[in-house]
Amino acid sequence: MRSGEIMTDDPVTSVVLAGIGGQGIVTASNILSDALRRHGYDVKKSEIHGMSQRGGSVCSDVRFGRRVMSPMVPVGTADYLVVMEPTQVGPNRHVLRQDGVLITPDTAAYAIESNSDEPDPKAEKLLNVALLGVLSAYLDVPGACWMAALRGNLSERLHDMNIKAFIRARTVETMARLVTDASKPNRR
Amino acid sequence: MVLMRVIRDQPIPFVNSISVYEKRSHTMEQMLLTGNEAIALAARDGGVRLGTGYPGTPSTEILENFDRFGGQAQWAPNEKVALEVGLGSAYGNARTLVTMKHVGLNVAADPFFSAAYTGVIGALVIAVADDPGMHSSQNEQDSRRYAEAAGVPMLEPSDSQEAYDYTLKAIEISERWNTPVMIRLTTRICHSKSLVTPLRDPLNTRPAAFQRDIPGLVMIPAYARIAHQRLRERLNEIAAWNEKEGPFVEVEGDADTGIVTSGVSFMHACEAAPKARVLKVGMTYPIPFRRIRKFADGVKRCVVVEEGDPWLVTALKAEGVPVTGKQERYRFGELTVDRVRRILNNDTSPEPKPEPGRPPRLCPDCPHRVAFAALSKANCIVTGDIGCYTLGVLPPFEAMDTCACMGASIGVGLGLRHVLPREEARRVVSVIGDSTFVHSGITGLAEMAYNPPPTGHVVLILDNDITAMTGMQEHPGTGRRLDREETPSKLNYEALALSLGIQDVHVCDPVDDPEDFERMLNDALANERLTLIVARKPCPLLTRKTAASEASCEAAKS
Repeated sequence: MRSGEIMTDDPVTSVVLAGIGGQGIVTASNILSDALRRHGYDVKKSEIHGMSQRGGSVCSDVRFGRRVMSPMVPVGTADYLVVMEPTQVGPNRHVLRQDGVLITPDTAAYAIESNSDEPDPKAEKLLNVALLGVLSAYLDVPGACWMAALRGNLSERLHDMNIKAFIRARTVETMARLVTDASKPNRR
Repeated sequence: MVLMRVIRDQPIPFVNSISVYEKRSHTMEQMLLTGNEAIALAARDGGVRLGTGYPGTPSTEILENFDRFGGQAQWAPNEKVALEVGLGSAYGNARTLVTMKHVGLNVAADPFFSAAYTGVIGALVIAVADDPGMHSSQNEQDSRRYAEAAGVPMLEPSDSQEAYDYTLKAIEISERWNTPVMIRLTTRICHSKSLVTPLRDPLNTRPAAFQRDIPGLVMIPAYARIAHQRLRERLNEIAAWNEKEGPFVEVEGDADTGIVTSGVSFMHACEAAPKARVLKVGMTYPIPFRRIRKFADGVKRCVVVEEGDPWLVTALKAEGVPVTGKQERYRFGELTVDRVRRILNNDTSPEPKPEPGRPPRLCPDCPHRVAFAALSKANCIVTGDIGCYTLGVLPPFEAMDTCACMGASIGVGLGLRHVLPREEARRVVSVIGDSTFVHSGITGLAEMAYNPPPTGHVVLILDNDITAMTGMQEHPGTGRRLDREETPSKLNYEALALSLGIQDVHVCDPVDDPEDFERMLNDALANERLTLIVARKPCPLLTRKTAASEASCEAAKS
């Protein structure tokens, strides 16, 4: 078998999740990669823990496709960049490819708006999953895989509010994509 | 020496060619695991009787997961003790796993070299995690050199599946040749997740037993001379096996460029040069020279792509294998797909500078903040140590003047006190965390009592009741074991210091009364006696974690 065939026939999709320690970046990337695995993709994810947990920058790379080789996203090739902390957009923007999609609490403001009956998705503890809901609107992964991944990676007492935040963000973003030009990855 | 061998009824899954990768279909049996989790699972499935080590990023989660999977996992006070416990277990015919980060192997080097001489009866697998790029370490030493220096066979996995497979393979090699085996990991193997298909049935185990073998296990010179010869013969046998049956992956490709690689670099290389021919070496020591030479002879240009030191390329060149290596600048930091592309293209243009991220810092409610504020105010010369509190070097405190290795704070402080003029010497304070103190500060304290400097000395233990920096690991001073079970007794630093002959021993809660702490420090500096101050306040992250786990236990009960 020629490895060249692997690379040309099997495009790999790359997602970078970034923020600062304590924002749930690692949890979010665990949920994302678990959902992708459940849908049958080959998945690799890579991140740096350690000192970063003391409030420093945290960045997690998730790559999926039929077959993934390097676990790290090469600079300028990420299809999606999800940033949870405004100050971390600058340091991470270079990983995104030219027409890649940037998702931040600002770009997705309407999808993570709070609804009086529900916990605020912008709240620190829910932001990671809410932004994952926004990202999910772009990925070919069925809802059932997402639900199983959310349940499998969060403790039970957190299921309800996280699933609500996720579904709301996913639904709003999906609707928004329907009314904009869906063929363009960059909707705005 | 008695050679005991296992007769297996379970074949070990083994990657010999890339086609095996392809055969692994996406089934429900696949798990998404980090390399650390995969090693822990393999240890469980491979019948490892005892896992021991000392926490260190990126190796820490191996033992934590081994415990989670039902194995017997223990934190030792340091890596040397861990390896000695592991060696004893393996002398007793048990399968044993010892884990550490790269610098931990420096601490464990003494038993590591002797273990190679004596060999083992059961299995001894030593997982060593390097940290190229120093994400969370004080150096980027390349542990592959240790395998060669000590004569310990070494396997290097490229992803989590291989981390799983190679751990089982290491057990097999260890038992077959009665040798310790090293699994060399890097941050991107330890902390990356990829799919793993585990064994359906665990391996058979055998009972622990000790059989006396004095010339084999007692390293007096007369026996050690024989042991050294035996070691070299064993390595020759393993080398011959590696040439024929070793864990290689060969990727077909054009004969223009051939790549010899190992570890995670294999993944980068396949992506950077999809048309190249690749030979991935799974067991990099003993180096399979013949196999690599045959590969190199079959291509126009053969490049060695390796992370860290130019170790493999140097050895291959010395053997006359026609290969080239990388430019010196790629010795520093991790390799990436981009960097491998540059190596292959001989690209000498400057690399893009990485964007600076936000550095880590002491948590807002960290009790160490009080200590560093006082040290800074008193204009101390602070000999520091390794842990969260090393962050005291950063603004606003900038209250650390040296930090070399685990436990060095006390020795370095004493050295300065011995030679500096009196007015300067009396400003020197050694600052060390509780876990680091147990790891290798105790002997420093013995030195302090034994060879006291003229101005005395002040040692400050910042006791937050946990190994915090690596993510809340227990140690002999916390009174809890790896699985959080309480121990019948715990190490008492104050009593220990008094018994060693330290004159003044004080304990305080720095958060409760910062002024009292400051006064205590200034008095100690003025007194010129041998003083130990224990600043005791549990890490707030630990307190919150304990509260959260208690709450979830309560919730589960109701």
